[in-house]
Amino acid sequence: MKVIYTDSLVIGGGLAGLRVAIAAKQRGYDTIVLSLIPAKRSHSAAAQGGMQASLGASVKGVGDDEDVHFGDTVRGSDWGCDQDVARAFVNTAPKAIRQLAAWGVPWSRVQRGDRQVVINGEKVTITESDEAHGLINSRDFGGTKKWRTCYTSDGTGHTMLYAMDNKAIKLKIPVHERKEAVALIHEDGVCKGAIVRELITGQLIAYVAKATTIATGGYGRLYSVTTNAVISEGIGTAIALETGLAPLGNMEAVQFHPTAIVPVGILTTEGCRGDGGLLLDKDGYRFMPDYEPDKKELASRDVVSRRMIEHMRKGKGVPSRYGDHLWLDITLLGEKHIRKNLREVDEICQYFLGIDPVKEYIPVRPTQHYSMGGVKTNFKGESIGLKGLFSVGEAACWDMHGFNRLGGNSVAETVVAGMLVGEYVADYCADTPLKIDTKTIDSFLEQERVKISDLLNRERGENPFKLKKEMQKIMMDKVGIFRNHDDLTKAVEELKVLNKKAKNIALRNRISSSNPELVEAIRVPKMIKLAQCVAYGALLRKESRGAHSREDFPQRDDKNWLKRTLAYWKDENTDLPEIEYEPLDIMKMEMPPASRGYGDDQTIAHPDTEKREKEIEQILKDNPGIDRIQTQELINPVEVPERYQGKNERVGRGFK
Amino acid sequence: MNNEQNRTLIFEILRYNPLIKGDTPKMEKYQVTEAPGMTIFIALNEIREEQDPSIQFDFVCRAGICGSCGMIINGEPKLACRTLTANYPKGVITLLPLPGFELIGDLSVDTGKVMRQMSERVESWIHDQEAEDVDLTRLEERMEPEIADEIYELERCVECGLCLSACATKRMRDDFLGAVGFMRLARYAVDPRDKRTGEEFYEIIGDDDGVFGCMTLLGCEDYCPKDLPHQTQIAYLRRKMALGK
Ligand SMILES: Cc1cc2nc3c(=O)[nH]c(=O)nc-3n(C[C@H](O)[C@H](O)[C@H](O)COP(=O)(O)OP(=O)(O)OC[C@H]3O[C@@H](n4cnc5c(N)ncnc54)[C@H](O)[C@@H]3O)c2cc1C
Ligand code: SF4
Ligand code: FES
Repeated sequence: MKVIYTDSLVIGGGLAGLRVAIAAKQRGYDTIVLSLIPAKRSHSAAAQGGMQASLGASVKGVGDDEDVHFGDTVRGSDWGCDQDVARAFVNTAPKAIRQLAAWGVPWSRVQRGDRQVVINGEKVTITESDEAHGLINSRDFGGTKKWRTCYTSDGTGHTMLYAMDNKAIKLKIPVHERKEAVALIHEDGVCKGAIVRELITGQLIAYVAKATTIATGGYGRLYSVTTNAVISEGIGTAIALETGLAPLGNMEAVQFHPTAIVPVGILTTEGCRGDGGLLLDKDGYRFMPDYEPDKKELASRDVVSRRMIEHMRKGKGVPSRYGDHLWLDITLLGEKHIRKNLREVDEICQYFLGIDPVKEYIPVRPTQHYSMGGVKTNFKGESIGLKGLFSVGEAACWDMHGFNRLGGNSVAETVVAGMLVGEYVADYCADTPLKIDTKTIDSFLEQERVKISDLLNRERGENPFKLKKEMQKIMMDKVGIFRNHDDLTKAVEELKVLNKKAKNIALRNRISSSNPELVEAIRVPKMIKLAQCVAYGALLRKESRGAHSREDFPQRDDKNWLKRTLAYWKDENTDLPEIEYEPLDIMKMEMPPASRGYGDDQTIAHPDTEKREKEIEQILKDNPGIDRIQTQELINPVEVPERYQGKNERVGRGFK
Repeated sequence: MNNEQNRTLIFEILRYNPLIKGDTPKMEKYQVTEAPGMTIFIALNEIREEQDPSIQFDFVCRAGICGSCGMIINGEPKLACRTLTANYPKGVITLLPLPGFELIGDLSVDTGKVMRQMSERVESWIHDQEAEDVDLTRLEERMEPEIADEIYELERCVECGLCLSACATKRMRDDFLGAVGFMRLARYAVDPRDKRTGEEFYEIIGDDDGVFGCMTLLGCEDYCPKDLPHQTQIAYLRRKMALGK
């Protein structure tokens, strides 16, 4: 029996996991990071567009601050987010980006003087101030009131991940590569580490730790077409679910990105539209202003994706052998801009489509992109059902995104949550002795060993690759952008069948060491369970909110549905998750529910909304003359670790 | 997009699993029906799913971004995920694992270990005593926009290792740092936030395992998928070394 002991075990070597590891290590705790692949290859590297932080240095960002960022985030979430978390996040984001600047990210900088940009299809000259020269620049992104998305050309995630991993290497944090966590170890409601399969030798290892953090990214691969990496399969999220104790939050909240290329689903960044790119239909007509006269192409992602599908349903899509698509036109941005600021897009077009985006339109279609749901945690990043288990990044439902996340808010979440949760993980390590009955370790190891030997010994059964394909097709066809009762019911039933079949997988390649078919066989039953959480949660949620859009319940229903879905899998032998709900308390909200400002507002209001609005009004009346920061502290006080408190400075504005 | 339909492609793939006792390297043939826009990534997955579930290879982003999928494709080191089968008019595609790395099995090699060692060797991080004490509430330190761009140019490296596999010097001398390491070091040398002196850089690469070992054959520059300016940068580092000492 191989057992490795540490203080802080981090499962996942992307931005979120590495940042947590760094925090605990800097506080003096022994830390190990597990990853399927070398950390620098994690999917965080694929983020091209940028990171939101309200620095407000560029002239188009002037006037930005935490409050504006907060408002955009909450509206973007369709009021589904946890406002305490969103508040802690927006207040810390400027610090996170400044720390990354010190750690080596070559953020693109403001150049004083005139600069030509494209806004609303027109070339416009903007003038950057002298005093902003050399500070971190920002670009426009969907759903934001200011240009807030900071970037490194179009390699933002890559440069952030490289700086982060280099920092981890400097701190001598070991990253154990080609390791897959396949189960969590827990005892008396406390998590004690994970059972891990070494992907080359096939050996099972118990990693025993005081604190365990799941930072395994999203689960886009539940769908057949996604922008996500092939390893974004949600296994970390699934092993939390399989404890029966840790619930997953809002799994039905799945984001579709408007502009992935057809057919393979590789993303072209939102920066394309942020920098002035347009969406055109088969007649070359710019249709977004007809639907969203105000934000046009830069409405929130869920809105743009739905509008695109609506427009294609009217017969305006461009027909192709892969089905209808629309065009993304960035030709108007000019060669210089494309080859420099949108170079990844340029490369993707050349290599995968054989077209030149300087001269030609890019075929795009809304495609699965981001998982708002995940391991439900409190504001400290700790699971609400299993002590000692933490989760950060896309794998978590920390819940700053609610039912729709804004572009640029995700890499920002990884590093901000990593900073904050990392401190709480370190606190937990300080307060917790490493105590575990070796029999517990033994029995968890044995359980996984038996599962694998069953797979290797079964003579006849299901093909794991086929099961996965079937699951992906169900999700794509029936649990996509627009949802309805009939399709969802079918999806739920069909997935139940797959769940059963997945208990009877047999292999053709029956060796226990490095074996891609065995990897698939271990993962597929877990993925099907996640898919069931998504589909079942979607069937039960009888309203439309953010990315969850029900054709049969088009209204947002605050009266009945202002609550978070919690999915549990308490009994391995059942074929459906148990769903519970956790209400969001309007009386604690800094920003009570209102209209998001897209289309007609048909929201079914909650009676508390008016009450809370009045209460806030009263608080403001009772405290005349307080500034915006004091106001926030009164209406929505949030806890942030001491070292990350303090007001943020902005150029031309100081600490106000 | 490619319109040639239904060609039958022949893949000849090196198969070898060092973990199976008695296994020996051999070339195996597979047939795949070509589809429009097919990449080596798509073809290999089809082979795995439909013909031989044991075949090993590495892909992560499948978009030419993460550097996982380097292999030798008809004699040339390339990123397999962004290589279209249509680029091979004869329809015969030979795949070998990247040389110069520990073989995990078939087309999968351990680049992670080599890259971590490289990062440790060149100390691939900002050297600044004060970086940890930066007051995060204050404005960030300013940087000239062109310098930021210049750093990014060098930081576009994805650690794919193609440059190492194409390097004749590396093949003869195992400890030779190679282009990826030079690029990393050059990246820190242009970064004003890194306070290392010329002499400290010299310590790392001022010998025959460093820049002076390079025979300027430039296999690295030919095959770098991110078009990093190896030649210019190696010359720059040499000059800097000569001045620094
Ligand atoms: C194409 C694309 C572009 C994007 N662009 C942007 C953008 O411009 N701005 C923005 O804010 N967001 C963007 N996003 C979203 C953002 O990049 C991700 O949400 C974020 O980077 C996720 O980071 P993470 O650390 O949570 O996970 P990841 O970076 O995905 O890392 C997951 C880690 O977990 C490991 N792992 C997984 N399972 C296991 C297991 N079972 N055992 C051990 N290790 C495991 C993996 O090896 C990996 O190291 C984009 C996403 C995509 C797909
Ligand atoms: S320098 Fe180029 S070829 Fe070498 S590892 Fe980096 S990206 Fe790959
Ligand atoms: S799989 Fe990422 S570069 Fe090929």
